[in-house]
Amino acid sequence: MFIELKNIFHEYNQDQLVKALVDINLSITGSEFIGLVGHTGSGKSTLVQLLNGLIKPTRGQIIIDGIDITAEKVNLNRIRQKIGLVFQYPEHQLFEETVYEDVAFGPRNLDLNEVEVKKRVEESLALVGLEYEKIKDRSPFNLSGGQQRKVAIAGVLAMKPGVLILDEPSAGLDPRGRDQLIDLLYNLHFEYEMTIILISHRMEEIARLATRVLVLDHGKLVLDGSPQEVFSNRKKMQELGLDLPQITDILHRLRERGFDNIRTDIFTISEASREIVTELRRRD
Amino acid sequence: MLKDITIGQYIPGNSIVHRLDPRVKMINIIILIISLFLIGRFTGFAIFLAFVIFTILISDLPVKRVLNGLKPIFFLILITLVLHIFLTKGGTVFWQWRFISIEEEGIYTGLFMVSRILLLIMFTSILTLTTSPLQLTDGIEYLLSPLKRFGVPASELSMMMTIALRFIPTLLEEADKIMKAQMARGADFESGNIIQRARNLIPLLVPLFISAFRRADDLALAMESRCYQGGEGRTRLHELKVQKHDIVSLVISSVIAIIVSFY
Repeated sequence: MFIELKNIFHEYNQDQLVKALVDINLSITGSEFIGLVGHTGSGKSTLVQLLNGLIKPTRGQIIIDGIDITAEKVNLNRIRQKIGLVFQYPEHQLFEETVYEDVAFGPRNLDLNEVEVKKRVEESLALVGLEYEKIKDRSPFNLSGGQQRKVAIAGVLAMKPGVLILDEPSAGLDPRGRDQLIDLLYNLHFEYEMTIILISHRMEEIARLATRVLVLDHGKLVLDGSPQEVFSNRKKMQELGLDLPQITDILHRLRERGFDNIRTDIFTISEASREIVTELRRRD
Repeated sequence: MLKDITIGQYIPGNSIVHRLDPRVKMINIIILIISLFLIGRFTGFAIFLAFVIFTILISDLPVKRVLNGLKPIFFLILITLVLHIFLTKGGTVFWQWRFISIEEEGIYTGLFMVSRILLLIMFTSILTLTTSPLQLTDGIEYLLSPLKRFGVPASELSMMMTIALRFIPTLLEEADKIMKAQMARGADFESGNIIQRARNLIPLLVPLFISAFRRADDLALAMESRCYQGGEGRTRLHELKVQKHDIVSLVISSVIAIIVSFY
């Protein structure tokens, strides 16, 4: 899957010229795990809706696998099959009487036969960690919030997208639900080689998973690099009003207080503690 | 997409018409509408039209917007005209083909009815264009309050209207979001025949209703936790007061009403 954005501009209200995106150039190749960050109103949601063809850019080109989706008369359903989009609070889109029917909604819209639909429903429910036999005939509205979200994500996975975009998928989940979600994303990317674009305010999530971080600010792409590169630029991140992963922040602060040689491109607690210990030993 | 729908066409302004007390504005409208139905001659309509134009001018409304408001009733006007022209009989026969004929009386009543509808819509649109939805519901509450004696829950009704108006944009936004989410799963809202389209709306309507009920529940709880107990004894931030210009406007409309209905 190859995605390329060329000089993308987007304005919401043409009269008032609300600039949602300004001159975005971006290419996403092969299997990447992209963390998309930026504070509220920076254009993250606009960007991912453009990728899915839900809205058209005011100017610029988006090319997905060689197809220019900004051209007139493009079969958008084929694009939407390739690029799955999980909105914020996806459980709010559940509508069918049973979990099976709801997950089958996407595949059926692709005109697949019932055998294939059933196969996909089984697979995607298993992927999100739900037991097919137990849950398929239950009403999605009687499930817990966490389970509802899993069903909704399964509904998108059942389309078998090559790219999966998730807009703050862990918002409102309890710690256990969050961990399960992170495991799911980890598996989808590293086992099934899916390209994933994750919008999140939780930098720990991004740092743990992403292979590349994009930072948007007022519709502009201001930082684009590996998590190491982006999170070591603490000053810039503070200017943009964004957090660093807590543990990285602690290392930065240690450095300020005189630990001049301590590394700051570390995102996990175990690695950080090892670094601190070696640094202390070096001092002795 | 759905956000293009504009509800409540209020155009903020500071003209004398904007500043009128909403209750007085509504009474004025009622008086003049009654007189509109009592008009018996075209001269009456001419005077009424002059008054409508005068009101539009002093309220600083863009004339285009007022005329745009007439668009939705174009077919109603057309049908009224055609039905009257062909079905009302009497007077000189202008044209005849077998049993179909156009007669003087038909054209006369046709034009008469059309003028009445046009003026009615133009005039009432001034009310919605110059009064904010909140003022409107306040006014309605006051005007309905005498009916409280007969058990009409006037303040509850106006609270319901206020809430409904408040949540229209929220629900539209929600609908837009759900629609996009379903489209991302390959739903199609734009093609097919009427029955297919109606069926395709289920993935939009079910989540929309569920979220509306959830919102209603939350709102009820939030209101109760702030001690809302219904309309009894509630006071308001902006008290409505009848002022001099309100009385003047009442006098003017009454005079116009009397002139046009008895002329």
